[in-house]
Amino acid sequence: MTVESTAARKPRRSSTKRVSAKKAQPSEPELVQLLTPEGERVEHPDYAIDLTPDEMLGLYRDMVLTRRFDAEATSLQRQGELGLWASLLGQEAAQIGSGRALRDDDYVFPTYREHGVAWCRGVDPTNLLGMFRGVNHGGWDPNTNNFHLYTIVIGSQTLHATGYAMGVAKDGADSAVIAYFGDGASSQGDVAESFTFSAVYNAPVVFFCQNNQWAISEPTERQTRVPLYQRAQGFGFPGVRVDGNDVLACLAVTRSALERARRGEGPTLVEAFTYRMGAHTTSDDPTKYRADEEREAWEAKDPILRLRTYLENEGFADEAFFTELEAESETLGKRVREAVRAMPDPDQMAIFENVYADGHALVDEERAQFAEYQASFAEAASSEKGN
Amino acid sequence: MSVQKLPLAKAINESLRKALETDPKVLIMGEDVGKLGGVFRVTDGLQKDFGEERVIDTPLAESGIVGTAIGLALRGYRPVVEIQFDGFVFPAYDQIVTQLAKMHARSLGKIKLPVVIRIPYGGGIGAVEHHSESPEALFAHVAGLKVVSPSNSSDAYWMMQQAIQSDDPVIFFEPKRRYWDKAEVDVEAIPGPLHKARVARAGSDLTLAAYGPMVKVCQEAAAAAEEEGKSLEVLDLRSMSPIDFDTIQTSVEKTGRLVVVHEAPVFYGSGAEIAARITERCFYHLEAPVLRVGGFHAPYPPARLEEEYLPGLDRVLDAVDRSLAY
Repeated sequence: MTVESTAARKPRRSSTKRVSAKKAQPSEPELVQLLTPEGERVEHPDYAIDLTPDEMLGLYRDMVLTRRFDAEATSLQRQGELGLWASLLGQEAAQIGSGRALRDDDYVFPTYREHGVAWCRGVDPTNLLGMFRGVNHGGWDPNTNNFHLYTIVIGSQTLHATGYAMGVAKDGADSAVIAYFGDGASSQGDVAESFTFSAVYNAPVVFFCQNNQWAISEPTERQTRVPLYQRAQGFGFPGVRVDGNDVLACLAVTRSALERARRGEGPTLVEAFTYRMGAHTTSDDPTKYRADEEREAWEAKDPILRLRTYLENEGFADEAFFTELEAESETLGKRVREAVRAMPDPDQMAIFENVYADGHALVDEERAQFAEYQASFAEAASSEKGN
Repeated sequence: MSVQKLPLAKAINESLRKALETDPKVLIMGEDVGKLGGVFRVTDGLQKDFGEERVIDTPLAESGIVGTAIGLALRGYRPVVEIQFDGFVFPAYDQIVTQLAKMHARSLGKIKLPVVIRIPYGGGIGAVEHHSESPEALFAHVAGLKVVSPSNSSDAYWMMQQAIQSDDPVIFFEPKRRYWDKAEVDVEAIPGPLHKARVARAGSDLTLAAYGPMVKVCQEAAAAAEEEGKSLEVLDLRSMSPIDFDTIQTSVEKTGRLVVVHEAPVFYGSGAEIAARITERCFYHLEAPVLRVGGFHAPYPPARLEEEYLPGLDRVLDAVDRSLAY
């Protein structure tokens, strides 16, 4: 990774140059943007959005609380309460914007970083932490919130989403399905196969790629030689690149893609052009593979800051709103902290539970042997006590 | 007429037809399964009668076939997918092992994945590379999967019904060189449990345990041995995960000797698992070590050599003699 190639990838916008409102001024010709990094509303000919001030405050609240939750989880990992954490810092707009575009009956297939989307689906954030603490591999019922379990093997879930969407179409329902994945996953065969299947079966699925520029230490240049959204064209469906740090644009573009799917017009690839401000997970050290200047340049495009500027400039939010939200954030952080620390280790016999739906003779045999083995310690202890 | 004489392939075809008729959620998916009816014609005529929405020709992408079947199962469907040949399953191996096998456990039982993966497997048909392999141990080793293989038309019919009705993913290995063997099928019978082994031939001197294509070879071996005055019991295991060790144990306690026969390489194969467990269970009953007969630790050879590679009558009888010599 060279500084030169980083610079080439950056949207070329001078931070001092102000754009005038109502004039489309994306940093790259293909980047859909409705809110500039300076917090100014701009229009886009294809993606109009009309939100009430309260709805915008709601998006802002979602992003702030998601970031607070994420920060708490990072701290909990540093304190040894979690074995690992995959931070979404910087990707709040992509996740909240797309997540709030969904209807209740839509179905979400996430990676392992979609904490903001989970928030939008009403999954209790503390449930997301079980797998990172090591007490389970999931932690929620996917069908309660139409939010599938996190998938760790990169890109696998795009096929599950496609199959599910094929089922939706067979059922004659007008629900849509959304599959999240990253720029790294775009290199996987499964993602290409999901594009093929969804296109030939016209499945109602939206592929939402959060291009956060880095797949652990591998830059996007190591995944593709063409902008990712352009991949869709070769499969026969539209692709669109949206400013992934612009919650309004993410909402508008995802909503449009979902509506297209509902109308029976098939899949869409949305590439949310964004940036992972932290590490890939708490196990890697981004200072080893990327330049500080790069992160600083993206900090200037912070998704939360730009909406706040807009809300303040328009007078949609007063100081009290931000103060109350700050207090709410702290309450959430405290609740998450306490919930994680109170999370019990699972029962030992859980190893053998749910391996099969209909049972399996070998599992039954090993369960019985292990139970007997465990019981032998209790017997030894009680006979020692008796002596 | 509930009893018909059918080739094994046709028995599976009838079984799939019955499943499609009985349950609207059952789907057939795979490469060439529609108009062509599959390269072995196992799905012949099904698309014509049930339509393209039920019997689905897929793109040529095995991971995609299994991955989308998982998604369809999550939506409430019961997909039966065909992998065209044994050696083609590996592009889908990731989806089968990392996703299909584990999702029920990961969801703490909230998700069920009633997916059947049909794989025509094994050699003996003079095919080219990747068309004759026996990878069953690779699947049986994975918790969360069930692995079965019928040896005859009746089992093929009923085991397919049971596999489709199971809420667990089932890898259904079809012995392709037995596809054309005819046997009676009672389509109104009440079948035994899917994972119960069958005593294919009773005997008292030694137990031969096999499954799928090798059951017939073992039955022929037992018939030949009888002429030499040896009484061999033949077990058709029918299921490789779980394995019905109780039936094997009962037989070995009677005969005192066990030879396990399969086409797959012996090294790390299902014979090794059976030998180890039966040694634990029957140590004081055994008159000889458990012996194994199977493929070599080499890639499946070109067709002109497969007769040397595959266990035939002579290699099975040689192992029988070695066991009886202890």
